[in-house]
Amino acid sequence: MTDTTDTAPGAESGAADLRRVPGPTPAALPAPGRQASLWGDAVRELVRSPLFVAAAVVALVVIVMAIVPSLFTSADPRSCSLSNSLERPSADAWFGYDLQGCDYYARTIYGARASIAIGFLASATAAVIGIVLGSLAGYYGGWLDALLARLADVVFAIPIILGGIVILAALGSRGVWQVALVLFVLAWPTSMRLMRSQVLSIKQQDYVQAARALGAGDVRIIVRHILPNGIAPVIVYATIFVGVVIGAEATLSFLGVGLQLPAISWGLMLSVAQNRILQAPHLLLFPGLFLSLTVLAFLVMGDQLRDALDPKLR
Amino acid sequence: MWRYIARRILLMIPVFFGATFLVYAAVFAIPGDPVRALFGERPVPESVLFEIREQYNLNDPLLIQYVKYLGNVFQGDLGIDFRGRPVSDIIASSFPVTLRLALTAFVFMAVIGVLAGVLSALYKGSVVDNLVRVSTILLVAVPIFVLGYTAQLVFGVELGWFPVAGNREGWVSYVLPGLVLAAGELAYVSRLTRTSLVENLRADYVRTATAKGLSRGRVVGRHALRNSLIPVVTYLGIAAGTFMIGAIVTEGIFNLPGIGRAVFQAVLSQDNAVVVGIVTLLVIIFMLINLLVDILYAVLDPRIRYD
Repeated sequence: MTDTTDTAPGAESGAADLRRVPGPTPAALPAPGRQASLWGDAVRELVRSPLFVAAAVVALVVIVMAIVPSLFTSADPRSCSLSNSLERPSADAWFGYDLQGCDYYARTIYGARASIAIGFLASATAAVIGIVLGSLAGYYGGWLDALLARLADVVFAIPIILGGIVILAALGSRGVWQVALVLFVLAWPTSMRLMRSQVLSIKQQDYVQAARALGAGDVRIIVRHILPNGIAPVIVYATIFVGVVIGAEATLSFLGVGLQLPAISWGLMLSVAQNRILQAPHLLLFPGLFLSLTVLAFLVMGDQLRDALDPKLR
Repeated sequence: MWRYIARRILLMIPVFFGATFLVYAAVFAIPGDPVRALFGERPVPESVLFEIREQYNLNDPLLIQYVKYLGNVFQGDLGIDFRGRPVSDIIASSFPVTLRLALTAFVFMAVIGVLAGVLSALYKGSVVDNLVRVSTILLVAVPIFVLGYTAQLVFGVELGWFPVAGNREGWVSYVLPGLVLAAGELAYVSRLTRTSLVENLRADYVRTATAKGLSRGRVVGRHALRNSLIPVVTYLGIAAGTFMIGAIVTEGIFNLPGIGRAVFQAVLSQDNAVVVGIVTLLVIIFMLINLLVDILYAVLDPRIRYD
């Protein structure tokens, strides 16, 4: 709920600013509000940055790959013929075949789904929960703040990969949902802390005091004034975190405590490949390449977003 | 300052209990009966199973088990694994390996990262700068296990420059795994050094130093760099903590008998006493490093005061 209301003004103003770009009179720019110009400028800057555009294109391709893999390949990743086992890449099969004789190109394409799903699920829930809890803790303070801070400290003391191994090993069956849930549980404190510190500083601003003097209620102040101004760092972190989660999922699957066969995922493919790197290096190369490019795309996007949203760096 | 440290240490106590209990609960929630699994296919009398469970406190409710466990830990007894080997023995034999690995990685990270950052800052916008920025971000994106296997394949097997696996050859065995472990952090270290140095090179005191007629090397080395390294040093501390964790993957690939491999094998074989013992140790190390970093920050930068 809060998510739609707080992004709306940013999106609108972003579009408005884009429309204003070719306009002849930059001097006649009465900033409609700090929020509006911040996001508007950011969008304008990002569209001009070749690095961001390249990263966004890569991310978009991988997302489309995850939603409709059949666009990219007509082969069935699960119909395999042992006679093709471990064949090297050729004109027929660009990426060669794996141990079971499955088409490796098809498997790599279909592997995008697990990574993207887990990346977005864990990152989006961590961001939303972090924003909600961080706003409440920062705005109201008191026992709620103290309780959430201690809880965050406890989770924060357990490193993600270590906690992931211990908790996931305890789960009998591990699919996309379970892995995403565990990664979210271990990750929410960071976005909560980010949001909390934002709220603490914004709460003191004059425009918030003015809104309160005009009789605005707590909910209105948080949703209309604090969230739109404080959400930027959390969005940046969430973007970068999609890449981090995808890497973490692959690491956990690689170690054998993430997704389980017969699921198709890059981490699992790499896990199988590790026993035959001398014999069939192509099994390591292709999923590794796709995985790295995807992680890179999200890291770069978050990085560029941070620069664009930070007025000091202009 | 001392009050701040005391407060931080007091705050660490509930966090310690919370984190260790979480881990304890997760480990002992693993389905399956490890005691019965010990006997494989052979039939076992129920009374024997009961005796063994009693020995490991497995008949008590979870919270009682946890309290008994912690009571033993505070007396220096971390329990024994299912082969009867004390967990403290396992830690004592594997910890030095991990420490050596983390130390190697730390040296690589600090030296290469700072050097790359300084070059990047001094030749801002040049080919060198872009090369450093692109290559370091690439290293972040490649997952550590892909990097590890590739490095092993290229430098260990094909070129034969380094031992492929194991730690029989002393420090040389740690070079390749140390580089792999450090690779992921290089980008942050070099970038932090770059940003910080670029900022400081514009500062008034640098202009004063140059105006006094000091050489470029002395201005950069003695004046600008010293001040620029404050955020870098604190980041190096945080990264040292992550090395202990990253070791799980790296030690597996390079077959180093360290703490990461020990804990991972224990998770897979459900040797719970070992898992909880090592994870507890790692959590303590992680928390202490975080505390040290915060204190270091105040010591290095006199403008920061925690009182």
